[in-house]
Amino acid sequence: MIRPIIFAVILASLFSSAFAQDWIRTGTGLGVEKVRIAVPDFKAATQDPKNTDLLRVFNDTLFSDLENAGIFDVVSKSFYPLGPIGTPADVKFEGWSGPPANAAMLAFGNLGVTGSNMTVQGWLYDVKNVASPQVLGKQYGDAPTPDAARLTAHKFADEIIFRLGGGIQGIAESKIVFVSSRTGKKEIWEMDYDGNNQHQVTHLGSISLSPRFSPDGSRIAFSSLTKSGWDILMYSLELDRVVAFPRFGGTNVSPAWAPDGTKIAFSSSRSGDPEIYVAEAAGTNLKRITSFKGPDVSPTWNRKTGAQIAWVSGRSGLPQIYMSEADGTNAQRFTEEGYAVSPSWSPNGQFLTFSWIRHYGPGAPGAQDIYLMDIASKQWVQLTHDGGRNDSPCWSPDGRHIVFQSNRSGTEQIWTMLADGTAQKPVTASGRNSQPNWSWK
Amino acid sequence: MRFLQRRLPFRAAADERRLTCATRLGTHPHGGEVKLKLKWISLILALSAVIMLSACKKKVAPPPPPPPPPPAAPTASLTANPNAIDKGQSSTLNWETSNATDVSIDGVGAVRPTGSQSVTPPESTTYTLTAKGPGGTQQATARVTVNAPPPPPTASSATEEELFSQNVKDIYFDYDKSDVRGDQQSSLQSDVAFLRQHPNIGVTVEGHCDERGSTEYNLALGDSRASAVRNALVQGGVAGDHVKTISYGKERPFCTESNEQCWQQNRRGHFVYQK
Repeated sequence: MIRPIIFAVILASLFSSAFAQDWIRTGTGLGVEKVRIAVPDFKAATQDPKNTDLLRVFNDTLFSDLENAGIFDVVSKSFYPLGPIGTPADVKFEGWSGPPANAAMLAFGNLGVTGSNMTVQGWLYDVKNVASPQVLGKQYGDAPTPDAARLTAHKFADEIIFRLGGGIQGIAESKIVFVSSRTGKKEIWEMDYDGNNQHQVTHLGSISLSPRFSPDGSRIAFSSLTKSGWDILMYSLELDRVVAFPRFGGTNVSPAWAPDGTKIAFSSSRSGDPEIYVAEAAGTNLKRITSFKGPDVSPTWNRKTGAQIAWVSGRSGLPQIYMSEADGTNAQRFTEEGYAVSPSWSPNGQFLTFSWIRHYGPGAPGAQDIYLMDIASKQWVQLTHDGGRNDSPCWSPDGRHIVFQSNRSGTEQIWTMLADGTAQKPVTASGRNSQPNWSWK
Repeated sequence: MRFLQRRLPFRAAADERRLTCATRLGTHPHGGEVKLKLKWISLILALSAVIMLSACKKKVAPPPPPPPPPPAAPTASLTANPNAIDKGQSSTLNWETSNATDVSIDGVGAVRPTGSQSVTPPESTTYTLTAKGPGGTQQATARVTVNAPPPPPTASSATEEELFSQNVKDIYFDYDKSDVRGDQQSSLQSDVAFLRQHPNIGVTVEGHCDERGSTEYNLALGDSRASAVRNALVQGGVAGDHVKTISYGKERPFCTESNEQCWQQNRRGHFVYQK
């Protein structure tokens, strides 16, 4: 079978490039070991009654962040040596490095509330290097609230991931915007990457779709049905309101930010046919870059170079992925069969993920799944296999994760997975949720 | 029975009378005409023949009595100008009579023999003028038609909207297609005909898609469908500035089941009446 080999090669290139700068070599499906890390619960450092609740939030968040990271083999807590561990003095190296834990790394620390302050101390130890074990030592101070405890856990997790993950920033502090109809109308919502802290962003009472974070995280571009039709709107997360953006006429949907944040590509039918346009981030200097009859929609920029755009075109019949330079020249068809939509370009510029009904037609099962394709070789890997309609994939900022929507559970929900298709799990459950977009950092 | 037709001089040669007798069975094919000399015998024979043929009709005008100078019969005419008015407006009746001593108009009363009068009938009315005189009675009529008032504008547009929903048919599309297919041409033609007959009606064409495929692609596809319908209407002669388009993609399905019958319902250009 050639497919599994291709599968392995693609994933090897994905992960080896991610970790090329570090002493850790890992990969998925290659038999390469992930870093085995133990994360015992942090210990209370004071007697404050708030400690219990905050510690529960902190410990759960840190544990799941490290599990979610995709680069660790987190040791089951049942293998941990007995006894609480809160400071370096508590560490008994043999108990962690020897069986049954067999950990390479140990993340531990303490949390204590004093008055209106919460202080967290965290360490990362290489338990097999007894002479000089400390990889990381951090101290954080914040308000004694569950949100602050969660955020502090994300920060500490990201420090660990950064140190052990080849110098790539973790995603524990990243956000996901998405469309939710849980109020009865499709509005833009935002949440932490792990599904916590879900809150409504827009209150337009119309239909709002396709939210896209700006690269600096200060704005969300999206499309919304207004009195004049479908327009691109701009929401400022700093001002907490919709800010001015030009109306172009026609149906304007699917905005996409260039990686430097200076341009936006989107689809507009202002000329009578849906085509891809590129404008300055303020909406000025509009330029059309496609001119074929048939729908052209869903652009995505090469996130590494900003020099190419991929998008969906129905010019040849069923929608396919096309690619061109960012000015529209050198357009080429990228997918050759089926029904391919919703491309998202990987942060390292090497891959596209998109939604594909690969064998469309009579007698074909017609499953709509998320695929990963190596742009240079056009070799692909199918990431979802579990039925339902899977659509709107989007890369995490570290390139190790993909968020997407799936109705496999019966209703449309947001799911995340590692970029090799493992560790798929829903992060929303309330109402119907779709079109997730991951923040750039 | 024979058919007989005789011309008999009576009293004087100048005074001829025609006796006509037709058989009950029909016309004799060789019916002839017999002239007899005026003789007593032949007169008797002729008279007896007439008696014998008494079953036959005979027309014998009595000699007209010398007419006494009759009183002249009245004459009458009545006109209404204008003869069609809107409710609340008035019309003028004009009439002329002669040889009448007693002239009246129904609904108006006794009037002078010749005159005019303004009337404001609440509904369509036939005025009858009666002229009586020694010579008899003569009548003349004139009808004033009262047009129904124009219904208020709201009632008018409701009716128009009803007509719109009865006559304007949605256009259905094949999967992933935005060209108007052959079996939709008759719907399209009747839509064009209706909208051309009602040039004051504005319309929004909504492009809809089935649930398959991405939200974004379907919004673009729905836009193409709405544009295709609009272009066909404009090509058919409908004023372009009366036809707007909007795409709903798969955001507002008509049918929510996941089967082809339902999907076909959702792949359409839907017409919405605009005041």
